[in-house]
Amino acid sequence: MSMVTDAPLRTAVPTDQELIDFVVREARLIDQQRFDEWLDMYADDAFYWMPLEWNQTDPRLTCSLMYEDKLLLSIRVERLKGARTFSQKPKSRCHHVLQTPQVDSRDPAANSYVTWTPIHYVETRLDEQTLYAAWVTHHLSVENGRLKIKLKRVDLINCDAAFGNIQLFM
Amino acid sequence: MIRYAGNSAAIRDLVRDQEVHRDVYVSEEVFQLEMEHMFPNSWVYVGHDSQVPNPGDYFGTTIGTQPVLLVRHTDGTVRVLHNRCPHKGTRITSETCGNTGKFFRCPYHAWSFKTDGSLLAIPLKKGYENTGFEQSHAAPGMAPVRHIRNYRGFVFGKINDGGLDFEEFFGDSLSSLDNMVDRSPVGQLKVAGGVLRYMHNCNWKMLVENQTDTCHPMVAHESSAGTAVDVWKKAPPGTKKPMAVEIIAPFMSPYEFFENMGIRIWDNGHGHTGVHHSIHSDYSAVPGYFDKMTAAYGEARAKAILDENRHNTVYFPNIMIKGPIQLLRQFKPIAANKTLVESWTFQLVDAPDMLLERTLMYNRLINAPTSIVGHDDLEMYERAQEGLHSNGNEWVNLQRLYSPDEAGQTNVAINGTSEWPMRHQFRAWTKFMTMGM
Repeated sequence: MSMVTDAPLRTAVPTDQELIDFVVREARLIDQQRFDEWLDMYADDAFYWMPLEWNQTDPRLTCSLMYEDKLLLSIRVERLKGARTFSQKPKSRCHHVLQTPQVDSRDPAANSYVTWTPIHYVETRLDEQTLYAAWVTHHLSVENGRLKIKLKRVDLINCDAAFGNIQLFM
Repeated sequence: MIRYAGNSAAIRDLVRDQEVHRDVYVSEEVFQLEMEHMFPNSWVYVGHDSQVPNPGDYFGTTIGTQPVLLVRHTDGTVRVLHNRCPHKGTRITSETCGNTGKFFRCPYHAWSFKTDGSLLAIPLKKGYENTGFEQSHAAPGMAPVRHIRNYRGFVFGKINDGGLDFEEFFGDSLSSLDNMVDRSPVGQLKVAGGVLRYMHNCNWKMLVENQTDTCHPMVAHESSAGTAVDVWKKAPPGTKKPMAVEIIAPFMSPYEFFENMGIRIWDNGHGHTGVHHSIHSDYSAVPGYFDKMTAAYGEARAKAILDENRHNTVYFPNIMIKGPIQLLRQFKPIAANKTLVESWTFQLVDAPDMLLERTLMYNRLINAPTSIVGHDDLEMYERAQEGLHSNGNEWVNLQRLYSPDEAGQTNVAINGTSEWPMRHQFRAWTKFMTMGM
């Protein structure tokens, strides 16, 4: 079982364990701030969605905290490296605790796999540390023998609360 | 230590022609006086009437730090009530918004009130017989905010009886609200898309000032907008410019762009950036929209409405609107060092959905607690809130393009990088702080 290496799938159809390992690896790469490798886990047409409303169904005509394609995600990743990114001087750190991901659906014919993962996420900077709780849904597919994220949806338990800065990724 | 209460001279001394004393940002006493005088003397935005379309609909918010309710009365008019039971002070409503039916009922002792606030019933009322209850503060019911005005859907309230009437307070600045509403082919806006709520550990006025600060984007936002421009440059030639890049890239425009965009000054602290152009000027046309506007207004009038590219219009004391993208931000004071920023968006009734889609994208890219542009700004406000505790210099400099004859001038268009709007906001601040003190 490999959590930190980016190994190709053993067969054309991922096992449940491979789906779970993939989700765990994604969180670990964020915690270790390996953001280029992290971004590589996303398909070119992927979206990262953090709804603003409870049970939100529409990302287009209802506002979200984040609804970002790979271009916007890559801008975030590049910004974190920037010499004049003052809100990251000093840098934030983060910490994920994942409940074991559950495989909600698997459809090899449609190349579509969905997992559901309750998480606690801690983000800290300077003397402030904030705890968030969320459910994360990953929509995954296989591309060239590797799993890729098509959609990552992060539903915060308090999505409609007034937050201070959330600077990294849940 | 009490320095400022009842001492209008001390308040006036905080604001000089070209600088303001740091106590306007850090003093809890000054903050309390703002809540006691400045906000109650001003016309403060409460909400939009599309939030309460039906009788009994209500929306809970604040004027300064005072809890109020925007409510649609049974007669169809919009009212603003203080949101406390006249009995023990309990907040009446349970949800932020909802429908209360024909009356409000306090959840503590079941006192009930009509939707204009007047007392409807008290259980065991005979317990108040022969007690002089009719003369009590409780007898009238939930106190209404007596001075309210619904201007084309935007509801403002003034708590104190003194001060200026609505037209005198806003003057020509209402043209920005007019332009935002006129952008709907049927002249109607509707709150839509949800509200972004972002907590800031800084004074509310830092946010208000920043709305007219055109010398910070290319510096503070180099990390976000500058990176966006760099990343976008790597896209293969011929790639269509995405909406997100259209929105974020103009923040990196050079000083010259902002100098030439211009600023207009109105009375009482109101003003807007973007007299000639703005960061919203070069957005792609939305298919079908101009045709609808032309059909509604005729081509010349439609063109005149859409050629306005006002960037940020500040309505003193605590809102900013962006007419071209139908966005309203309210800077809600909580403490001298704490502010809740609410960013509201509007749908242009009978216009293509893509306009709302773009507005929502702007809102989450720029105004969300998850927004990299927001992170840039908040970092600067919080550093200022901290740095102002230094006794090395007790003054904040607002001198850029100062002219000794500027006080009293109104409806003038000036260089887009002037700090005149900030000086102007503080002249209004002094006026409404000391009025009646």
